[in-house]
Amino acid sequence: MSERTEYQFSPETLETARRIIQRYPEGKQKSALIPLLHLAQAEFDGWLSPGAMDYVASLLSLQPIEAYEVASFYSMFNLKPVGKCVLEVCRTSSCWLLGAEDVVRHIEKKLGITAGQTTSDGMFTLKTVECLGSCGTAPMLQCGADFYENLTLQKVDTLIDKLKTEGRRKVYTRDEPITI
Amino acid sequence: MAKKLLLEFDHVPGIQTLDVYRRHGGYASLNKALKDLSPAQVLEEVKTSGLRGRGGAGFPTGMKWGFLARPEGVPRYLVCNADESEPGTFKDRYLMERIPHLLLEGMVLSSYALGANTSYIYIRGEYYYVARILERAIAEAYEAGLLGKNIFNSGFDHDCFVHVGAGAYICGEETALLESLEGKRGNPRIKPPFPAVAGLYGSPTVVNNVETIAAVVPIVRDGGAAYAAIGIGKSTGTKLISASGHINRPGVYEIEMGVPVEEFIYSDAYCGGMRNGKKLKAVVAGGSSVPVLPADLILKTAGGEPRLMTYESLAEGGFASGTMLGSGGFIVMDEDTSIVKNLWNFTRFYHHESCGQCSPCREGTGWMEKILHKILDGHGTLPDVDLLWDIQSKIEGKTICPLGDAAAWPVASAIRHFRKEFEEYVTRPASIRDVKHYYRLHSMAEA
Repeated sequence: MSERTEYQFSPETLETARRIIQRYPEGKQKSALIPLLHLAQAEFDGWLSPGAMDYVASLLSLQPIEAYEVASFYSMFNLKPVGKCVLEVCRTSSCWLLGAEDVVRHIEKKLGITAGQTTSDGMFTLKTVECLGSCGTAPMLQCGADFYENLTLQKVDTLIDKLKTEGRRKVYTRDEPITI
Repeated sequence: MAKKLLLEFDHVPGIQTLDVYRRHGGYASLNKALKDLSPAQVLEEVKTSGLRGRGGAGFPTGMKWGFLARPEGVPRYLVCNADESEPGTFKDRYLMERIPHLLLEGMVLSSYALGANTSYIYIRGEYYYVARILERAIAEAYEAGLLGKNIFNSGFDHDCFVHVGAGAYICGEETALLESLEGKRGNPRIKPPFPAVAGLYGSPTVVNNVETIAAVVPIVRDGGAAYAAIGIGKSTGTKLISASGHINRPGVYEIEMGVPVEEFIYSDAYCGGMRNGKKLKAVVAGGSSVPVLPADLILKTAGGEPRLMTYESLAEGGFASGTMLGSGGFIVMDEDTSIVKNLWNFTRFYHHESCGQCSPCREGTGWMEKILHKILDGHGTLPDVDLLWDIQSKIEGKTICPLGDAAAWPVASAIRHFRKEFEEYVTRPASIRDVKHYYRLHSMAEA
């Protein structure tokens, strides 16, 4: 995966960013940092390169370090390239009690990678994550904005096949603009 | 049939929309408050109701609101804590997803009582799709004049915004949440000053959990006294319980405070008993941070009284034999569960989520995880068990925020009530192979 050299939001995303910044009082635009990093991650290939973070910092008149220190604190921000579909399997408490380990092991075997790795075709990254608030429908995984719950190994197979066929990047922010 | 105040209409088709919500009495409380009640009267109703913070701490909401500083010319903020990250807890997600307008109505009502013209709903980033549901609801509310300028011709203006986080358990702690909302790392602040005096952007701020804010709606509608009439003693009203683990009917249940734990676990109205006819081994009653209790102590107190789903009854016996209601994240474990491995799972979680500011927590959680890993790897010794006890005792109470306590309590309670199991693992490592779940720590460890 070659790193892009140009960082510029599309006009629509720029408009969304502008609306988000307006939610905070005059002079407190730093509050928009996390929401804008989400937009950047969605728009710039699913991860935050230094270039992407610099761009977000410039939009908010912040020092680049302010974006770096925040991006590195929160687990949803990927600081390395990831596949088009990041499979985030919950590994905590009830999910673990109800077989999250089996789900992780199954995906590892099926995709030939271990947790934290990306498939060679750049399609999937497997991540284990902490409690996603889906304990009553455990075990579960998240891909993009979608929750896949009450998982069985068969359901995992179906999901992976479906995602592979679609071949699209899955992002948290979805495609439609935020309206407010 | 138990009385439902929050989830009465959760299964009505279209209840997510403003139209259907209003047809089921939605925004009547707001109308009532803005037309007939002063902000001080709303605050008084909340005090009378005995409502306590539903995020986990159980602090009286009316008292928290009463602490809010009101200097002239300084904006005040209400911030809704929708960061819901306590393992075993998923009630807020359910409430926001099903009835987003209930939270919004509560936000405007509470803001009216507090004199806040701006509020934020801080929602964890993983709930991005829920944030969208809330944003749609907010757009509807603006269009109908329920948000914005001069709501219900009362002269009260209010703007409410959704703010998404990006994955950090610590941001459920209110000062870390405020830091995060200001666009920083989620490092908890040293208190005092409390947010009520210097919170968001240094202004007086109230931070309340989703369920707490939603509960203000029925409190204003029926009056604080009617709310206080439900429940037992200082545990008033209803509580959302997130039930999960080895039970037949996991899900979110709205209970009247005071339901016996035994009924909650075995009745078909709630958990529906244990899965596959297994025996109950242990329960974590209020999210992963509260002490784990073995079957006998969760069903009955040490004094032999039936344990009830209230703040007081669950805490009966202190940490020697009791636990806490916490967030209402009710995790049930059957006889095949390894307490030691479950503890490793929790401890790994706290290690991962420690913000790193305080050394007892930053270093202690990792140390405990390593020892538990060693025990589960078959290389533990008896002194390791004592060392675990020693480390947790040196984290508890020695950190800026309660994450340290939250990491210590599960360790202390597991050793207190299940010491034999730890000893079995270190004296007879072969017994680890009897653990039902496939033993494979490495792939589940840090990725």
